[in-house]
Amino acid sequence: MEDWGIKEISNLLRENKISSLEITTHYLQQIKQKNPEINAFITVDETRTLAQAKLADERIQKGEGDIFTGIPIAQTDIFCAEDWLTSCGSKMLHNFVAPYDATVVKQFNDVGAVNLGKTNMDEFAMGSSNETSYFGAVKNPWDLTRVPGGSSGGSAAAIAARMCPGATATDTGGSIRQPASLCGLTGLKPTYGLVSRYGMIAFASSLDQAGPMAKSSEDCAMMMNVMAGYDVKDSTSIDHKKEDYTKNIDQPIDGLKIGLPKEFFAEGLDHNVAKVIESAIDQYKKLGATIVDVSLPNTNLSIPVYYVLAPAEASSNLSRYDGVRFGYRTNQYDDLMDMYCKTRQEGFGDEVKRRILIGTYVLSAGYYDAYYLKAQQIRHLISEDFKKAFQVCDVIMGPTAPSTAFKANEKIDDPVTMYLQDIFTISTNLAGLPGMSIPAGSVNELPVGLQIIGNYFSEGLMLNVAHQFQKMTDWHKAVPQGLLS
Amino acid sequence: MSWEVVIGIETHVQLQTKTKIFSGASTEFGAEPNTQACLLSVAFPGTLPVLNDEVVQCAIKFGLATNAEIASRSIFARKNYFYPDLPKGYQISQYEIPIVGKGSLEIEVGDIKKRVRITRAHLEEDAGKSLHGVVKNGTGIDLNRAGTPLLEIVSEPDMSSAAEAVAYAKKLHELVRWIGICDGNMQEGSFRCDINVSVKPKGSDKLGTRREIKNLNSFKFIEQAIHYETQWQIEMLEEGKIIQQATVLFNPETAETRAMRSKEEANDYRYFPDPDLLPLEIPDEKISEIKAAMIELPHLMKARLERDYQLSPYDASGITSDKAVADYFFATLKEGAEPKQIANWILGQLFSKLNEHNLSIEDSPIKPQVLSLLLKRIQDATISNNSAKQLFEKLWMSPSLEIDALIEIEGLKQVSDSGLIEKMIDEVLKNNQAMVDEYRSGKEKAFNALVGQIMKASKGKANPGQVNDLLKKKLS
Amino acid sequence: MSITHDEIKKIAHLARIKITEEEADATLKKLSGILNLIEDMKKVDTTNIAPMSHAQAVTQRLREDVVTEKNQREKLQKIAPEVSKGLYIVPQVIE
Repeated sequence: MEDWGIKEISNLLRENKISSLEITTHYLQQIKQKNPEINAFITVDETRTLAQAKLADERIQKGEGDIFTGIPIAQTDIFCAEDWLTSCGSKMLHNFVAPYDATVVKQFNDVGAVNLGKTNMDEFAMGSSNETSYFGAVKNPWDLTRVPGGSSGGSAAAIAARMCPGATATDTGGSIRQPASLCGLTGLKPTYGLVSRYGMIAFASSLDQAGPMAKSSEDCAMMMNVMAGYDVKDSTSIDHKKEDYTKNIDQPIDGLKIGLPKEFFAEGLDHNVAKVIESAIDQYKKLGATIVDVSLPNTNLSIPVYYVLAPAEASSNLSRYDGVRFGYRTNQYDDLMDMYCKTRQEGFGDEVKRRILIGTYVLSAGYYDAYYLKAQQIRHLISEDFKKAFQVCDVIMGPTAPSTAFKANEKIDDPVTMYLQDIFTISTNLAGLPGMSIPAGSVNELPVGLQIIGNYFSEGLMLNVAHQFQKMTDWHKAVPQGLLS
Repeated sequence: MSWEVVIGIETHVQLQTKTKIFSGASTEFGAEPNTQACLLSVAFPGTLPVLNDEVVQCAIKFGLATNAEIASRSIFARKNYFYPDLPKGYQISQYEIPIVGKGSLEIEVGDIKKRVRITRAHLEEDAGKSLHGVVKNGTGIDLNRAGTPLLEIVSEPDMSSAAEAVAYAKKLHELVRWIGICDGNMQEGSFRCDINVSVKPKGSDKLGTRREIKNLNSFKFIEQAIHYETQWQIEMLEEGKIIQQATVLFNPETAETRAMRSKEEANDYRYFPDPDLLPLEIPDEKISEIKAAMIELPHLMKARLERDYQLSPYDASGITSDKAVADYFFATLKEGAEPKQIANWILGQLFSKLNEHNLSIEDSPIKPQVLSLLLKRIQDATISNNSAKQLFEKLWMSPSLEIDALIEIEGLKQVSDSGLIEKMIDEVLKNNQAMVDEYRSGKEKAFNALVGQIMKASKGKANPGQVNDLLKKKLS
Repeated sequence: MSITHDEIKKIAHLARIKITEEEADATLKKLSGILNLIEDMKKVDTTNIAPMSHAQAVTQRLREDVVTEKNQREKLQKIAPEVSKGLYIVPQVIE
């Protein structure tokens, strides 16, 4: 089979040139063949997946199909899917078969999409390398000795290795964009509140946002049409008018004002990555865009602010894992206190425990004002920086990650260095803005992502801006060597 | 040394809603364990809270009823601690900015009125229940109650005796039932008080160390617990000992309080704004709408009953002690009976019967229409007050009986024919010349004796007023 | 700002995570690094800056008071570590 994207598969299904069963079987075979090495999936259930595909074919035959009916995609393991193991990459939930569907899962089920399986991720979405999963590290299909990025590294590796054409992912500090960048994919973190968080296992509730990951902007737009939407079950979901994200994707972008924040090109950025980004910007100039300098002066503060707020929220969100009602419970304990403490010691991995401890610390008596409140105030400043910048530009561009994929085990023992991976992505989560990463070139045969940051609810424009680039370039079509069979 | 006691009360009022504060699970009492524990109640990963509008309306009603500030913007926070009946590991509550701010409540102890200040009232979710003894060496957790909406009402330490504390609790209990935000069922835990008690030397400005008596769910227990606790604290201080701040439990069997097994660490609840819930904004229009639809508050109704119907303060306060009683009063009034008489009968005959049978006024077999007709028959002199009491007993047993027919059958109709009465008087006077002489010689008592004889002669049916008037005339 | 070994143990207990002495030491090193990173915030003057708790300035939506949830006890308890008579069972709690 060819290296189709979601859009092509959709057309072929609609034209009856292939069946969902055929295309689904193809991806299941790919998974069977490649996953043992890549470890992108935690759960695959062929029987259920094929049953879904058959049902989708029936729908299509009856003419009841949606544009997405029959398209196989993967779901990240952070989403509860009824009767599927939903582990969130943690031993704590290694036996958690979800009793309900997340809204996002339901949205894809409703349109007749086929679920290929649940993808691996950093434990509770905490990590930038997908090395913290209880189910083992995920490898980068471009170089198996390197990390795919995180936390949605399973989704990224699965698409890059052509085990699925698209997957859901979540982004709290860069977890869609950074793995997309490191694996040569297109990934979009929407405006906070645009995609429902119901049924998505919480890491840091005020920052978590789900989005699509695929090869192209067009495919992401199609996934957004399914995922975006107001949900009464999520109080933070925003009642935004439903949009068709594919509608304006072909619009020319001449006159587009691109803001380049000088802070995104400062020290810490690999100079080869910088060159790729610069040439991508040149490409945009050819497309008729103009460049304006903007400043996001508090960019450096986004890391400390994030590492106060996210662990604080996480420490509270993860209190429900206590061995009482679901999930892991330690085997031996003397009393209730012992059961709590051992369950949580054994059930959580090191990085998760570290973040719970930081979060507990910054919220504890005497420290709240100095840490938590201060971080919330600076969050406000960071958000104001973007407001100012968007007064003079339509989108902001820069690198997604400071480097290409790094070696496995390189940073896992040095949390601070690992955290700096997110320097360019975190601030958009803090502001609640949409951010995107698209393949823009490579360094030593490793992909480099260009980050596009938009104003609130400008996903349509961002997808359009990305698509125009992808019409001119082939980076998003590049396949890791030896993987396309 | 003489001592002064200082009391503040935190009351947990369970709001009368169909569903929980943050989910559509039922709040009905008494269901099988965990059958009303929905995904959110069990804190399944990925579940999210959505606030119940009715809960907000209840809080606004309470704010209006206590003349309190209602926050145009309030915030939900997480109170973090581990406990098996707290499924999320945090309780959603309001911390820095509660929905209801400063207000007050007027209480009466004897003839003395006092205004107790209310510090705040905030919304929060209840925890589940821990059940002991269900399995050996284990505790069972029922999460049906988890997420039930509570309004926690915090008073200032304005009370200085058990009597005042009970008066406050009763007044608050009356009020929340009156405005329909709580069923007031104390056995089921719908209204529970935590009482903060401290003592200090009389006249001292400095508050003593307080101990908090947890979870009292009867007025009797409140009174007993405060008495015991106050005595205990005074004894400690008089022995020169120092009171440690503590949480104490009341044992209803011994009427004693004892400190809970001290938690092995000071609580550090790590409050922070709940990121899953946005700021709650209440537009002025919403408050005015609720205000417009709100029923007359008990203290205003009481004043109206005294002013418009000349009820005594005692009767007016009895009628306004409970919304259902007031409803009964007005329903009876509508049927045409006389207000003072209605109040007398409700607070007398009816209440004693209801108490005897342990019934609430809504369940009274005698409905307002029946009581009203009965009272009208006294008014129009068809029957005497005593006969009415007999009839009331009969009607209690068989409420469907027709009053006028019953009067006939029982022969209770009063004789008001003055000719007939005069004849009876003449007869009695003739046969009791001695008494007549005694009366004429100045013994007033003899008059009553004569009346008694006449009533006896009429078999109790003569109109006593007429008998009096006519007898006086005859003897003058 | 530095954190001590004892503080680590205290917060680990608050978070109900068992931690050995060696783990506490190892954690101390890593947390100190992270806390140093966080210290950068101190340099910023945030006088009169409103704290930002949510990504957007929107307000809480309210739900109608209607029962929407059914009894799912059996389904939800199927994956519980220990249940008896419809109750979740934990080691005895003493008040």
